[in-house]
Amino acid sequence: MAAFRGASAKVFGLKDNKSALPYLLLIPGLLWLAIFFIVPIFSLGQMSTKVPGADIGEFVQEYRFSNYIDAFNSSKEQFLRSFLYGLLATIIALAIAYPLAYAIAFKSGKWKNILLVLVVAPFFVSFLLRTIAWKQILGEEGPVVSVLRTLNIISVNTSITSSAFAVVTGLAYNFLPFMTLPLYASLERIDPRTLEAAGDLYANGFTTFRKVTLPLSMPGVVAGTLLTFIPAAGDYINATILGSPSNKMLGNVIEARFFKIVDYPAAAALSFTLMAAILILITIYTKRTGTEELV
Amino acid sequence: MAVDASTSARGDLILKNLTKSYGDFSAVDDLSLVVPKGSFFALLGPSGCGKTTTLRMVAGLEEPTSGSIFVGETDITDMKPYRRPVNTVFQNYALFPHLTIFENIAFGLRRRGITEAEVKTAVDKVLNLIELPQLATRKPNQLSGGQQQRIAVARAIVNRPALLLLDEPLGALDLKLRRQMQIELKWIQTEIGITFVHVTHDQEEAMTMADTIAVMNKGKIEQMGTPEELYDSPKTAFVANFLGQSNLIPGEVSGSDGDNLIVDLFGTKVAVPKARSSARGNSALVGVRPEKFRIAAEGKSTHGNVLTGGVVSDVSYIGVSTQYQVEMPWGKEVMVFEQNDDEEEMLRKGAKVVLSWEPIFTFALDGSENVSAGSH
Repeated sequence: MAAFRGASAKVFGLKDNKSALPYLLLIPGLLWLAIFFIVPIFSLGQMSTKVPGADIGEFVQEYRFSNYIDAFNSSKEQFLRSFLYGLLATIIALAIAYPLAYAIAFKSGKWKNILLVLVVAPFFVSFLLRTIAWKQILGEEGPVVSVLRTLNIISVNTSITSSAFAVVTGLAYNFLPFMTLPLYASLERIDPRTLEAAGDLYANGFTTFRKVTLPLSMPGVVAGTLLTFIPAAGDYINATILGSPSNKMLGNVIEARFFKIVDYPAAAALSFTLMAAILILITIYTKRTGTEELV
Repeated sequence: MAVDASTSARGDLILKNLTKSYGDFSAVDDLSLVVPKGSFFALLGPSGCGKTTTLRMVAGLEEPTSGSIFVGETDITDMKPYRRPVNTVFQNYALFPHLTIFENIAFGLRRRGITEAEVKTAVDKVLNLIELPQLATRKPNQLSGGQQQRIAVARAIVNRPALLLLDEPLGALDLKLRRQMQIELKWIQTEIGITFVHVTHDQEEAMTMADTIAVMNKGKIEQMGTPEELYDSPKTAFVANFLGQSNLIPGEVSGSDGDNLIVDLFGTKVAVPKARSSARGNSALVGVRPEKFRIAAEGKSTHGNVLTGGVVSDVSYIGVSTQYQVEMPWGKEVMVFEQNDDEEEMLRKGAKVVLSWEPIFTFALDGSENVSAGSH
């Protein structure tokens, strides 16, 4: 152990042996990031400014930054749709997950662990299968359509698959656990006595929620919405399985450019644009919600 | 109208036949008591005696199974907690971690539609009262335990409730800070004149602060009175043992001599003031506090009640006093605290001693009491 510590101190040129250990523990994670994130990002960046060469699948570096503008202009519609669907799915997921997480955290008693397992249970089935299942649920023979038709809410000729509705609800359904778990974690951490204290200080149930519960659960709200919005905005499986051609999202465009059209530079440029846009949005979002001030 | 109760209801706190049952178990059992307006009242008892449940029912955080709660003329039994003229200082304070100290204290005021200027005046005033005005902009987690404790008190008293409930408020503080806060809380109570109902398991804390103490055991009040009354004339073995220490020696009442009962303790007759006896029949437990005994080597002159034939079985010197365990002829040990205030030599283990004390320092319990009830 002593020798090991000595060696690590030499590697980092550190005099204090104790301070070397945390850095040492960082190495596997940093290596992972370098190999599987930084290197691919770098090559993706290089690819995004290349132009097609003589053969199919061959690209030449010409630092053509207009690739970005061309790619964006050709898929503006899908770009906007990605953010809109992502946003709607996030709102729906939040509306479903908050009461759920609240009930599990405060009202579930002995059922708490079982309910948490049920929240995670969908993860035991693959993402793809769940989306296909959702298609079945919303499909012609499924319970949703027959109930809506019986109640005369939709006509006999209307179907709800291959629609924006199906894609958005599919996204909300698939990412619901990502919303629920951080919400639950932050609600569960709230000392129930602070809620009693609010009641004691003349706050009724609603005021207690607005002034104490909700602000104290904001870290969970922010984490949950980010964990839902980011993958939802970049998703293409839901739009592929549940949507029609008019519901295509940016993920579908990127997928098509990579695998069908073999236009790697455009796909790479779009990937970068999507990443940058999401990054800017969440930066504004976290700044605005002021989560850094929360305990 | 109901909202008015939080500002208008004033007067004594009256609990009538209050009961809280969980299935077959009664946490609070048919409890009735009156806490006079403006007093510092302590509910004292071991954990699980029902004192916190009683407090939570008054605060409206638990629903009584039966019975009623009044503040003055106003029945608050079924009132929502946020409508009651009651504020609570919670165990571990329960400050709002996301709000500044100012906003924590202003929380109750803001729920009442008071103008911003009035809120500021009231909060500043109470921060000055607790001598922490410099902390207004901090967050609770930046404060020490003692500071958080005072903020919790400030957050409650700023609302001028009819009643302030304190649930083990000093439990999380270290001994020195606890002593200081006891004095401070007592001072604040005198200063603002609000009724304080204080729940604690710490008998010293209750005795330091409270005007009246109700000793609770198994959901019932064992005895209620001033600290002096409870200490000098306990009515049950539980009270005798829970408040300080007591030597309880079984005996037979053999007669009467003026204001005193004569009780036979294993052949030795001792006098007990009748006013301090709660013995109903002939058998009695004679109680003497350890510090009331005088201890002397056998053969020295004595007066008052005398018990001979003791042998010192253990000596511990603790500075202000020396504690002796003395084995008595009937086979039981008694505890004696002797002040180290004279030049008498310390008695050694094995020394033959005689114990004596003034009859007025004796109390008697009914012989049916359990000698060890309430022992620490």
